[in-house]
Amino acid sequence: MEKFDVIVVGAGPSGNAAAYTLAKAGLSVLQLERGEAAGSKNVQGAILYSDALEKVIPNFRDDAPLERHIIEQRMWVLDDESFIGTHFRSDDFNKPPYNRYTIIRAKFDKWFSKKVQEAGALIISETTVKELLRDKSGKVVGVETDRADGKVYADVVIMADGVNSTLARKAGFRPELDPKHVALAVKEIHFMPRETVEQRFNIKDDEGVVIEMLGKITQGMMGTGFLYTNSDSISIGVGCMLSDFMEQKLTPYDLLEQMKRHPSIQPLIQGGEMKEYTAHLIPEGGYHAIPRVYGDGWMIVGDSGMFVNAVHREGSNLAMTTGRMAAETIIELHRAGKPMSEANLALYKERLDDSFVMKDLKKYKDMPDIFHSNNQFFTTYPELLSRSAYTMLKVDGVDKLTKEKEIFASFKERRSLFGLLGDAFKLWRAFR
Amino acid sequence: MRTVKVEEKLFQNRYLVDADNPHIRLKDPELCEKTCATKQCTVCCPAGCYTLEGQKVVLITDGCLECGTCRIICTTYRNVDWEYPRGGYGIQFKFG
Repeated sequence: MEKFDVIVVGAGPSGNAAAYTLAKAGLSVLQLERGEAAGSKNVQGAILYSDALEKVIPNFRDDAPLERHIIEQRMWVLDDESFIGTHFRSDDFNKPPYNRYTIIRAKFDKWFSKKVQEAGALIISETTVKELLRDKSGKVVGVETDRADGKVYADVVIMADGVNSTLARKAGFRPELDPKHVALAVKEIHFMPRETVEQRFNIKDDEGVVIEMLGKITQGMMGTGFLYTNSDSISIGVGCMLSDFMEQKLTPYDLLEQMKRHPSIQPLIQGGEMKEYTAHLIPEGGYHAIPRVYGDGWMIVGDSGMFVNAVHREGSNLAMTTGRMAAETIIELHRAGKPMSEANLALYKERLDDSFVMKDLKKYKDMPDIFHSNNQFFTTYPELLSRSAYTMLKVDGVDKLTKEKEIFASFKERRSLFGLLGDAFKLWRAFR
Repeated sequence: MRTVKVEEKLFQNRYLVDADNPHIRLKDPELCEKTCATKQCTVCCPAGCYTLEGQKVVLITDGCLECGTCRIICTTYRNVDWEYPRGGYGIQFKFG
């Protein structure tokens, strides 16, 4: 019977951070991955936040495959044929060490996996874990894979198996996901010469731009769009809550096609060669949707534990941080010779509560509900803002005071005074 | 609204299809056909794996992106038997 100190299921950011930290500390680690290699099942926008990775691999910049460091963030609110937005560009973001990068996950995950292997973990890919193995008391003692004689054992199993959380669901540790708690995002990657990317976004060398979008592109659904510059490609995608997709009767790829045709977006991707179309679920239920993340012989990290801060578009950093903290908890117990029991593993939750992970999720705990029941934030306001800007900027002989009155009247007409005040209050409550 | 062919998008992707061994099955296809009024899966699946033939829901998993949408949205009947493909099979993202 083959037994390890730890089995890590999955080779995404959370699984890799956990396996690397554990192997580096000298524990025997088996990591199982169902794809051909690490990364072949993984999808992200993708932005890499340096801080979370630095805390796992401090010198990652030496050889990690990074696309562009972000020097400019654009936020666009879109009407059907226009956008109104803010651009923030700062040379502070152009001084190393850089704060965040665009990455291509298939390349990045392979690099991370190589680091895990060099640290001493045994990685077996092309292997799907079917279920957890438990003893009579219910304690998790290993996993069953789809290989012949596929049972392997460990003191503790870390489930880094992604948003679908297959293992924890089958074991009854958590219920099925609620369509209100997950967003479905679709994305394409368009290749073009790097000079073209640089000209279109006013950048040079490895500088990059991200655009986050909100408004009519999601056709009344709660969601956002994005466009990220890679070295010689552009990633473009849109995501909305699954519960909204169910009601709207809109196919995700039609939504993406329409977004790509928006007059402000189309010129940015024109002429690119589309080389991959992907879809992925993002757990956006927030604080209230987080399941129990530890028990006798098991822990949950990353998307599987719904660790995503939807408001700030952060996920992979929470994944790496939860993976690292799970590993550090195990290392501490292992060195003290303590069993991987529920009571002892509670230390993991304490660490999470004490970190930005749970603090941020708690701060925005009511956010998902507020946006769910108030789709004016995704339809009415983008339209009103865009019309207002057009009214104010169009020079047509009408005096500005009359224009201001016209704009205020349009807001009152669409949302009423109480509606406007109520919306302001809701936003304040959600963000405070 | 012009509807795009999702097949043209999926054509760019790389798959290792586990022939004759679909990883997703409809538990009771007749329930989809006769009882389910909404048939959300035929609209929401981002790979267009679910199509309608008359009232019948036809599932072909070859182009599946393994997102999980179909399983989660089948809230009323829980009629989707959803597993990951065998190790090494299914979508293999080139870029992700």
